[in-house]
Amino acid sequence: MTAEAAVLPGARYTWGGDEFLFVEVSEAMSLPANFKVMSIAGTLSDARLPGIVDICPANASLLVRFDPDVLPPEQLETAVRDIERDLMNHQERALETRIIEVPVWYEDPFTAEVAQRFREGFHQEPEGSDIDYAAKANHLKDAAEFIQRHHKQPWLVSMVGFVAGLPFLFQLVDRDKQLEVPKYLSPRTDTPKLTVGHGGCFGCIYSVRGAGGYQMFGVAAAPIFDPGQALADFKDFMVFFRPGDIVKFKPVTEAEYNAIQAEISAGTFRYRQAPVTFELSKALADPEGYNRELMEALNGI
Amino acid sequence: MAFEIGNPGLATTVQDQGRKGHYNVGIPQSGSMDQYSAELGNALVGNTAREAVLECTYLGPVLTTDSDAVIAITGAPVEVKVNGEPQPQWSRLILKAGDQLSFGVIQGGTRYYIAVQGGVDVPEVLGSRSTYSLGGIGGFKGRKLEAGDVVPVGAPLNGGKLPQAESVPEEFRPVYPKEQEVRIVLGLYDHRLTEEGLGNLLNEEWKVTPVADRMGLRYSGPGVKWKERDQPFGAGSDPSNIVDAGYAVGSIQIPGGTQPIILHRDAVSGGGYAMVGTVISADMDLVARAAPGTATRFVAVSLTDALEARRDLAERRNKAWAAISLPRQ
Repeated sequence: MTAEAAVLPGARYTWGGDEFLFVEVSEAMSLPANFKVMSIAGTLSDARLPGIVDICPANASLLVRFDPDVLPPEQLETAVRDIERDLMNHQERALETRIIEVPVWYEDPFTAEVAQRFREGFHQEPEGSDIDYAAKANHLKDAAEFIQRHHKQPWLVSMVGFVAGLPFLFQLVDRDKQLEVPKYLSPRTDTPKLTVGHGGCFGCIYSVRGAGGYQMFGVAAAPIFDPGQALADFKDFMVFFRPGDIVKFKPVTEAEYNAIQAEISAGTFRYRQAPVTFELSKALADPEGYNRELMEALNGI
Repeated sequence: MAFEIGNPGLATTVQDQGRKGHYNVGIPQSGSMDQYSAELGNALVGNTAREAVLECTYLGPVLTTDSDAVIAITGAPVEVKVNGEPQPQWSRLILKAGDQLSFGVIQGGTRYYIAVQGGVDVPEVLGSRSTYSLGGIGGFKGRKLEAGDVVPVGAPLNGGKLPQAESVPEEFRPVYPKEQEVRIVLGLYDHRLTEEGLGNLLNEEWKVTPVADRMGLRYSGPGVKWKERDQPFGAGSDPSNIVDAGYAVGSIQIPGGTQPIILHRDAVSGGGYAMVGTVISADMDLVARAAPGTATRFVAVSLTDALEARRDLAERRNKAWAAISLPRQ
């Protein structure tokens, strides 16, 4: 990524019927595009316009649901355009957020079992595993090298959605280092809960069991959606991730995975996390150097 | 008081007006698919429009009430039976403790509603009693009803005062035709369709397939064509792919250009398929009533027309409540 990439043209505004305004910041995924989306969403939320029902920031676009009986469409469009114009003039390019360590059991038996049921007609290379395929697609030596690339550098939660609490993840590396893997040829009807997946340039963690088309690399060890709100990390809300969160995957062994399960059962599990200020210019100028700085926040937690 | 569920039916869930404000984390609005029918059931039993009802899909439950109850069955045409005796639909029914409610075969449409005086009284989750099955929240234990469930019913509202009219006048009952015109506002990514593709969407006939549920309805038809392009970074390789974005409820996506999908009240909140338009809010109930095989034409209207249709529907709803002699709340 270069600093020039941070300069985006104006967004495209279009209507999703009489209750939704769709604002496409960019056709392509990039960190500056996501940052702009989050900035518009944050400012719009702070404005507390009566009649706004939902503000849904996505990877490179924003969806706003409104009640046209309270807030006329043209009034909403004007408000969002004003926010966009102000941001272009003096965009505050820093985000107060947090970095979270997410333990993952890569090459686990749960996703392996499901993957076996969806090979012929579903997968590009039915013979091998999803992770072998992903390594090959990225011209890497083997699965081990892919896994290393996957957890070495942190990811930004660029969107939460699809189903309840599912984070889309965009790795904080230069574009030529982004891991890119095609989705399954045809979506599976089953995906284990907490599967760490990947499709296109996006990673994700499946919050609930169900259909899915992303390649499967492992399982996250702890819940990310907890309707019962049993664990401390869910005290305020049943969904753990928020757009703008930074995720550092940590590979764990089967024994470590099991130890975490015991902590979850006992109700004592907490995610390792720390507040950080995320600055767009630093992330664009020297991603890996800046990532080291961000990850230091997790030391000693 | 409570309903004891004998046979749960195909997919019977607790629903109300839905859950607002959590779509940004992927929790859909949920709520009764056919809001109009559900709320007129509430009107007949002296509830407000907000009380929770039971939504029955094709095949309803067999249930027994443990106390005297006032109910109404609205929505898709079906034979209603109390202790095996046929009863009128769209009318208030008085049940005695121990009475058994059951249903015959659905005669059209997709869903009918059991409204009960006092409303179905499950706990609210995020401000709504609606069931979101995929996330396992709301409704009765976050799922569709099962045999043996005991579904709690709330205390009567307004001291048990019931409206004058015992049934919804014929003119206010929806119809369930085998052909539909569904009004849409073009937009979102319609510019990605070829002229021929857009022509197919608007001029050809599309049929509702059996792949239709609370999340969305899939249609079969002639397909559409997308303009070829170099796909933007992160969008995926098919011309129908976009960088994953938020999905408007009611939006129409056409994965691979073959079968359009209209997202409905349990919509996935986002994904990587281009949407080409959105069903207007006033026609969402209409789509919900469409059974597999329903021949559908999509009619493009302006945003101004959509807002006018919205006002017309609100007026019709208010007139229906007035006809039952109850102010809508």
